[in-house]
Amino acid sequence: MSVTETTEKEIVQKELTLNMGPQHPSTHGVLRLVVDLQGETVVNIDPRIGYLHRGIEKWMESKTYHQIIPMTDRLEYISSMNNNLGYAVAVEKLAGISVPERAQFIRTLLAELSRLSAHLIWFGTHALDIGSMTAPVYAFRERELILDLLEMATGARLTVSYARIGGVRNDLPRDFIDKCYEFTELFPKRIDEYDTLIKVNRIWLKRTRGIGVISPEDAISYGMTGASLRGSGVNYDLRKVEPYAAYDKVEFDVPLGTNGDVYDRYLVRMGEMRQSVRIIKQCLDKMKPGPITTDDPRYAVPEKMNVMKNMESLAHQFVLMSKWAPMPRGEVYVATEGPKGELGFYIVSDGSGRPYRIKIRAPSFINLSALPKMVTGNMISDVIACIGTIDIVLGEVDR
Amino acid sequence: MIEEKFPGQVLGTMTHAGQLGVMLRKDMISDICRYLKDEPLLKMNHLADLTAVDYSAYPGDTGPRFEVVYNLISIVYHHRIRLKVRLPEEDPKIDTVTPVWNTANWHERETYDLMGIVFNGHPDLRRILMPDDWEGHPLRKEYPLKGF
Repeated sequence: MSVTETTEKEIVQKELTLNMGPQHPSTHGVLRLVVDLQGETVVNIDPRIGYLHRGIEKWMESKTYHQIIPMTDRLEYISSMNNNLGYAVAVEKLAGISVPERAQFIRTLLAELSRLSAHLIWFGTHALDIGSMTAPVYAFRERELILDLLEMATGARLTVSYARIGGVRNDLPRDFIDKCYEFTELFPKRIDEYDTLIKVNRIWLKRTRGIGVISPEDAISYGMTGASLRGSGVNYDLRKVEPYAAYDKVEFDVPLGTNGDVYDRYLVRMGEMRQSVRIIKQCLDKMKPGPITTDDPRYAVPEKMNVMKNMESLAHQFVLMSKWAPMPRGEVYVATEGPKGELGFYIVSDGSGRPYRIKIRAPSFINLSALPKMVTGNMISDVIACIGTIDIVLGEVDR
Repeated sequence: MIEEKFPGQVLGTMTHAGQLGVMLRKDMISDICRYLKDEPLLKMNHLADLTAVDYSAYPGDTGPRFEVVYNLISIVYHHRIRLKVRLPEEDPKIDTVTPVWNTANWHERETYDLMGIVFNGHPDLRRILMPDDWEGHPLRKEYPLKGF
């Protein structure tokens, strides 16, 4: 791909500037990369983002705390439950709302199902980028099962809007538990199947081992989080460090890599899928019947049946839906572990029912900023492997 | 500890929901960040978030208009701190912390893009989310929500 000009005396090599995207199939959305090449070696790379910028942070300032929940779905749209959860946890911390135990388990369960679905998308597309055409077919087969489960519990397959401030929207349907249990029995075998596809595949090893290496120090300095950081061997998982929902009541391990290359991050994410199944199983076992929304009278949305019969409930529901309740003045930064990394919400409250300012700390955005560090000096074909390995979702990068 | 090392730089502290915030002067922010990162007892090595808030419409607030917020966490000890610096409307400039954490590069570009805070010494201060020729900074309170 290099431009060479042959003169009689010598060969002059010029730099070539290559524009990848915003509609390149392996950039996972509308990411544009301006790559400077010397031969096939990347000299400089400049990610240009913002093609999907919808001004969500600005928009949120005009909505009530309750109305924001569906907007968080549209950040990292392939695992919307994790966003709902992160936002709900932040608002609960801001106002000091307690959440009943059953709701905590349901949240954890569905968040882990969403994490599996996000990791399956990553697995399928990442392998497809590198040339394994079979992997996405396998991955999307199991993702379908997860989406069916999500639909059963929440009514939606993708944008679930299921977490509520102080709880979850509805209790799980009766046959969900059996279906979900069947899934946890089936899925570990399917992960073994994925391993037979690429784990020791020679092409896969050649394309991923020693590629996109990032040292633990660099990874921390670049603010990387999630599997991208743990692939470098840094043990930092917010589910362990600052447990939220029911993560302190379940047992799981945090898989770690050693070399910080694309292959180690692949191993970490595959390990995380096995741990997610473990968490789901424990949630199913430990869940007890009980209330699913907070009993805090200020923020508890009344049950629909009561709204129809009871004047007080009707009035309360009306106020909550139109204005939301007054929140304490102050500010919080609450981070949760999304599938891509640390999903943080920084909320400034001025005491009204609408947030004064919300900043979303999107893990994909930060992880993407380390891309130049990973690929500069490597070959152009490794850029594709590196985009896959940092696992970005552009809805979250651009917000 | 910051007050001991940098006398006169701390303007006040505040706590909400168990989270500590420290209000600082803007002059030595880069040095303070480097100290927090390198001090063996603190090791605040992870800049989780950097953003800015426009306080011009906040009820009862009379301080300078902008506030730059740094959310730090130590991956070693797992403690958090929030640094806050107020900047006046007519001179919204502060030193960059990109030499301390590489991740600040994109955070500061985003803050510049959406809030119009200028980071002195930043290696590459361009707009990041909005188009290069965009006018105005959308997250400022006087910027309209619709009408474009």
